Formats: sequence, structure tokens, C-alpha cells
Amino acid sequence: MNINLTLFGQMVTFAIFVWFCMKFVWPVILTSLEERQKKIEDGLNFAEKATRELAETKLEIDRKIDDAKSEASVIIDQANKRASQIIEEAKIKASDEGERIKIAAQSEIDLEINRAKEKLRKSVSELAIAGAEKILEKSVDSETNKDLLDKLAQEL
Amino acid sequence: MAGDNPATTSEYIQHHLQNLVYGKLPAGYERELEHGREILSESTWTLAHGSGEVAAMGFWAIHVDSMAWSIGLGILFCILFRFAALKSSSDSPKGFINFVELIIEFIDNSVRESFNAKNALIAPLALTIFIWIFFMNLMDLVPVDLVPKLMMLAGVEYQKIVPSTDPNVTMGMALGVFVLMLFYNIKIKGFGFVKELTLHPFNHWAFIPVNLFMELVGLLAKPFSLGLRLFGNMYAGEMIFILIALMFAAGAGSGIIAGGLNAQLFGDGTNILLWLVTFLLVCFLCWMNLKDKISTGKTLFYTLALLAITGGILGLGGGLMQLVWAIFHILIVTLQAFVFMVLTVVYLGMAHEQDH
Repeated sequence: MNINLTLFGQMVTFAIFVWFCMKFVWPVILTSLEERQKKIEDGLNFAEKATRELAETKLEIDRKIDDAKSEASVIIDQANKRASQIIEEAKIKASDEGERIKIAAQSEIDLEINRAKEKLRKSVSELAIAGAEKILEKSVDSETNKDLLDKLAQEL
Repeated sequence: MAGDNPATTSEYIQHHLQNLVYGKLPAGYERELEHGREILSESTWTLAHGSGEVAAMGFWAIHVDSMAWSIGLGILFCILFRFAALKSSSDSPKGFINFVELIIEFIDNSVRESFNAKNALIAPLALTIFIWIFFMNLMDLVPVDLVPKLMMLAGVEYQKIVPSTDPNVTMGMALGVFVLMLFYNIKIKGFGFVKELTLHPFNHWAFIPVNLFMELVGLLAKPFSLGLRLFGNMYAGEMIFILIALMFAAGAGSGIIAGGLNAQLFGDGTNILLWLVTFLLVCFLCWMNLKDKISTGKTLFYTLALLAITGGILGLGGGLMQLVWAIFHILIVTLQAFVFMVLTVVYLGMAHEQDH
């Protein structure tokens, strides 16, 4: 239990070690600790931001999908409408066409009938002449009896 | 030599509590040396032999062992932490660096809790105090006889390896803190410090002497309690190690080898070598256990057997008691370092508070 110079020796040593720690140890380690803290904080912030952005993007995607869906349904509706319209039009057109074809056919038939009638008439007149010839036993000069024949044909 | 073969109990204890002192013997002092008495014609700086010479040296002496160990441990602290500081970066830390950062954060938090003002000195101061005192206290866990005996073999008479059992060391640090307290009290409060000392408990001019007395006692009590608390705890702990060693040292000779073979091999009183071998063997056993080469039960059995062979039953008992006390002492070692640090921070915090 002797108090002696060691006391001051220890005080001086103490001061030197505190100085060393203050200059070369504490600030260095604390700086790196703070840097790491900042790094981690930044990382967390970034992650949070990314999560938020992800959520936003997801919402956006959902919205876009919904938009697309509604648009698609509108398009489908329109297409359906258009299709039925086209079908209607086609029907009308077809029936018109049919009508037209029918009319044309009718007129052709009429024409044919007339032609046939004409032919028939001619044949009948010839038959009549032939009959008349047979009856008269003499040939009737077709030239001379032309007027007669025409008249007959007219009457038939 | 006085400390060569400490035969009696009190000599043994005294030998353990004697520092290696280098100091100035006054002129006319009568030295007792091996070759006879010698009267110094003029004052000389020399290593003291025995407590009588230390007492004669008075103030002009220095505890070489305390200073060497405390400076050595302080340098160890500087090297370890400077290394950690150079290695640490903002990347994820590993191993030792991580541990150092853990300590730094722990201290940073303690300082933040009890120190409100801003001062770049406080935290490094707290770190230095904590680790340095911890290291110094930790020397208490080195077997009490090991270093002094080895040093005696090497020709150095005394060696006290726990600097914090030297009141000079603890009071030196406490005084350092006290100087800082005074400095900051005056720097921060200026004249307010004088006011605090003179007008504090009773705010009336008639009470100035009473106030001054009370406040000065309170002020001076701080460094004294700070230094003496650490010294007392460490001194008591060291004392218990010494007493355990002493209690069982008498029986240590009763071991099979220690009693017979050792005396044959090394002569009386030099069983330090045997103990050193035992120590190395025990370390080897522990290492083997840690490497999973042998089971824990076997390790314990071999260790106890080894101790019983070298030390006998009493030696074994002493070893076990030393171990138990050492394990308990780890707590004291850490706690005292922490208390010194926290009180330093609190005292300096008080010095920074404007309004009392």
C-alpha cells in the first residue's frame, strides 16, 4: 500500500491510451458501424420501395387486364352484332337474289312457252295443211294458199 | 535473498503482495545485501529488496511490475482494437471484428444512456477504461504462483502481475478521471462550478463554509471511491487466490509424485516445473476434448487423476477451489471494469450538466 510515482506513471499511461483510442480506434470503428447502418437502412428502404412499386405494378397490371377484358368483350359484342348484321344482310341479299333468279327463270319459262306455242302453232298449221291436203288429195300450193294458211295460223 | 524461498505463511503472503519496486534509496540508508551490510554514501536509484527498502524509498519509487503489466496490457488493447478498426468496414463483420464491434456498440449504448451532452472524448474514454481494466483484472485468473515463481527462477525477486491490485494503478486512473471532471466542470459551468460548491445544499451566504465542506467532500469522494472500489475488489480476489493456494500448498507435497519423485528429480520447492508439465497436460486434455477426440467425462477423469497424482488430495482440492473461485471471479473482473466505466461516464455527465 505505498503510494508513489507509479500513480503518475499510470495517469500518464492512461492519458496516452485514451488518446490512442480516441484517435485511432473509436472513430474508425464507429464510422464503419454508421456506414453499415446507413447501408442497411438504404437496403431496407430500397426493399420497401421495391415492394411498394411491385404492389403498384400489380395493381396496374390488374387494371390493364380488366381494361383489356372489357375492351375484348366490347369487341366481341360488336363482332357479334356485326356478324348478325352480316347474316341479316346476307339473308336479304340471298332472298333478293333468289327473287331475281326466280323472275329471270319465270321470264325465260314464259319465253320458252311462247316459243313452244309458236312452234306448236306452226306445227298445227302444217298438220292442218297436211290434213287438208290429205282431204283434198291434192297438194295445195302453199304459195297460193299462203294467205289462207297464215290466217289459219293466226286464228289458232 | 529475502523472497527466494518463502517458507512461512506470512512470508508467502508478503512475497505475493510485494511489488517489484525501482526507486531512490536515501543517502545513509543501511542496505542488507547478500554480501553483508552496506551503508549508502549517497542516494541511489535501485531495485528494492524487501518491504523495508520500499518504505525507505517513500514516494520516489515506481512499481516496475505494475507499470510493465499495465502498459503491456494497454498496448495489447491498442493493438487488438486498432487491428479491428483497420479491418472493420461497412461489409458484414466476421469473428473477432464482430466481437469488437459488439463491445463498441455495447459501450456506445451505455454512454448514450447515462451521458446526455455531446463530447467526443467520453465514449473512447469509456472503451479504454473498460477494456484496459478488464485486461488488468483478468490477470487475476493466471495461477497465483505461476508468474512469480517463473520470475524468481529467472532471477527477478518480486512480481505482481495484476496491476489493478496496486492502489497506485487504480488511483492513477481515478485521478485521471478526476482531472477530467474538474476540467469539464470548470469548462462547462465556469463560475457556476464555484457557485455549485459554495451555495449548493443551503442557498445562503452564511452557509458557504458548510456548503463548501460538504461539496468538497462529495467531490473528492468520487475519485477515491472509484479507485479504491476497484482496488479493494481486486485485492480481495487476489488475496483469496493466495489463501487458497496457501491452504493447500502444505498438502501439495503429499501427492504420490509431488511428495517423492518430484523431490528426487527437482529438489525441494521446485515443483513449479512439475506443475508446468501438469498445466500443459491439462491444456492438452482440454484441447483433445474440444477437438472431440476424447469424451468430456474422460477429460474430467484424466484431469482429476493428473491433479491427484501431481498434487495429492489436498492439492486437488486446492486446484478445484481455485477453479471455482476463478469462475466466480470472472464475474467480478467484468463487473468491476464495467462499474468503473459507468461511474466515470456518470461523473463526467454530472460535470456536463448545467443546472444542478
